Amino acid sequence: MQADLVIRNVVLNGEPGDLIVQQGRIEEFVPGGTESVQGKEEFDGQGFFLWPSLIDVHVHLREPGFEYKEDINSGLKAAIAGGFGQVMAMANTNPVNDSASVTEFMLEQARKFHPHGPFLHPIGALTRGLAGKELSPMAELARAGCRAFSNDGLPVENNELFRRAVEYSSDLGLKVIDHCEDVSLSEGGLMNEGEISSYLGLKGIPVVAESLQVARDILMAAYLDTPIHLAHISCRQSVELIAWAKQKSIPITAETCPHYLVWDESRVQGYNTLAKVNPPLRTRDDVLALQQAVREKVIDVLATDHAPHAEFEKDVPFGEAPNGISGLDTALSLCFGLVLDGVFDNDDLIRLFVNAPSEIFDLEANTFQKGDVADFFLFAPEAEWEVRPEAMFSRGKNTPALGQKLRGRVMAHFLRGRLVFERAI
Amino acid sequence: MHWPHKDLLDVSQLSVEEIRHIFETARHFLEINRRPIKKVPTLKGKSVVLFFAEPSTRTRTSFDMAAKRLSADSFSLSKSGSSLLKGESLKDTALTLQAMNPDAIVVRHSFSGAAEFLAKNLRCTVINAGDGWHAHPTQALLDGFTLTQVWKSFEGKEVLILGDIAHSRVARSDVDLLTRLGARVRLCAPKTLLPYNVKKWPVTVFTDLDRACEGVDAVICLRLQLERQEAGLLPDLREYARRYGLGRKHLALAKDDVKIMHPGPMNRGIEISSELADGDQSLILDQVEAGVAVRMAILFIYLLREGR
Repeated sequence: MQADLVIRNVVLNGEPGDLIVQQGRIEEFVPGGTESVQGKEEFDGQGFFLWPSLIDVHVHLREPGFEYKEDINSGLKAAIAGGFGQVMAMANTNPVNDSASVTEFMLEQARKFHPHGPFLHPIGALTRGLAGKELSPMAELARAGCRAFSNDGLPVENNELFRRAVEYSSDLGLKVIDHCEDVSLSEGGLMNEGEISSYLGLKGIPVVAESLQVARDILMAAYLDTPIHLAHISCRQSVELIAWAKQKSIPITAETCPHYLVWDESRVQGYNTLAKVNPPLRTRDDVLALQQAVREKVIDVLATDHAPHAEFEKDVPFGEAPNGISGLDTALSLCFGLVLDGVFDNDDLIRLFVNAPSEIFDLEANTFQKGDVADFFLFAPEAEWEVRPEAMFSRGKNTPALGQKLRGRVMAHFLRGRLVFERAI
Repeated sequence: MHWPHKDLLDVSQLSVEEIRHIFETARHFLEINRRPIKKVPTLKGKSVVLFFAEPSTRTRTSFDMAAKRLSADSFSLSKSGSSLLKGESLKDTALTLQAMNPDAIVVRHSFSGAAEFLAKNLRCTVINAGDGWHAHPTQALLDGFTLTQVWKSFEGKEVLILGDIAHSRVARSDVDLLTRLGARVRLCAPKTLLPYNVKKWPVTVFTDLDRACEGVDAVICLRLQLERQEAGLLPDLREYARRYGLGRKHLALAKDDVKIMHPGPMNRGIEISSELADGDQSLILDQVEAGVAVRMAILFIYLLREGR
């Protein structure tokens, strides 16, 4: 028998074997390997893990408007090299993604530079201009290709408007992703409010600025019996509220980011602007609560909140620096580090980065069953690499991981059975 | 004394021995400052930039005078007269200044960490003259030095810092310096003007001024920034003055020879009564005099340290 593609001697779920791909779909994984199938194309996967392409439901690709930070081309390159086959891009571009023409432009850029993927799914603005005043034309955005709606970065403070936005979007079958922040409590804040902020003399952002809004969303989702997805959860209080909501079967889903699982607020010491992010890095206790929450499925999804910035923008006094961590290049290795540390296992990682996002946002994912899309990558678990600016594909080099040695790298990435990225060794 | 520091960013950098060395040096300059001819040629040929990106009168004048008394050339640069207002980044302003080869830059800035940011980017000495809410090391050193002029030792002394602790770089630096010199520090303010995690600080916290004053050896009053009311942290200044204004009745609760201090500028009738500010126990003008001497000591030590 002849197949389009065969990956030989690769390890899937701890078992070595051969992966057979036909017409961009998974045909079969044969444990122990097979001699009877020949591939038109063959790759030797010796020493590599076979992983399904990850889905990142929260990135900022900065185009249109902020191409000096990142553009769709560079952002998608970082995605594919970082293990992501699909990304969902937030709407805080300039102009804001609140019209079909912006959505179409973004999709066109993605197709132009990456015709075979990774695939971009724009997220439409929840309110026009992200101004929190009136609803955006959600049906128009959905028709143009938006897969969710969000006011990320500029949370909707008006509860009535938020309610109507959730109702209206549910009609279109698309979810609202809420950035939970009570701006009256966080205004002017620069880092987590606590011991370190009090010593550094930096205005703090209290955890209640997040958790109060999480509570609002949970109660709203319950009242409307309509799902809401909570973006970048950063603290124990929010986790406890979400656990309560799930116990009550309230339709709430939530994500956190790798940086909240690996770093705490002490990273800010020395006024390190690379660790300035919103919501801020919290305490060690919050980190532990989040680690437990992703293990126990209280938090459903991992997302990077990839927020690239130009180097000069972070090379300023702490108070002036923009929020954000560049995440696409490092997310997988940081999380694999957590696997090596025993925080969770590979199955958890795949659930958090593939299965759950695919279910919540209705995106196609690969589970290595016959007929699944052949989106996968070869992962070198032993490869050690140092996070240096030149080792990153994103234009934004702003990560506290700079200078850190990480384990695990994507060596080759296939989408729909086609090789779209191979790391030069 | 070997001086390992390029910059003075915060008193936490300094060992107690180094702090005492600064005091010792300042004592000589205090004496010189009281002579008819006050200028010494020690720093002739050195240049010091006074870069004040936030309004300041006394600290800048004090540094200016300190530099000139040591025969260094000083150059003042304020935010309104600089390119910072034209959108130049702090880093570019600093690199431009450095290219003119000053020996030290004294910086005042509204962002916490601004002095440390400059120190990382510049080869010359950076002296922090106040960064945001973070640190004001020369103020703490002059406060400590002023007290050494009246006390033999800090052991067992109780010092109360009164007022807007949350937004005060003076309070942060004073707490650090005074506790390390052996004093016990109390803080007193309404909760809205205390840092969120103040219970982790090495201090005793009061919200009642009468109780806070019982048995204290010195009170450092802080200036109340009038915008705190607008920010919703206080009902109004009248209520603040009634609850937290230091007045004569508090003297009766304190030690007999209690000392009254204030970093200035004062809001008379709000955080401190005029009677106390001008009274026999006030060290407020001694602080100003000490300020010049301490800043001379700092310029002297940093600009003449070995291995520059």
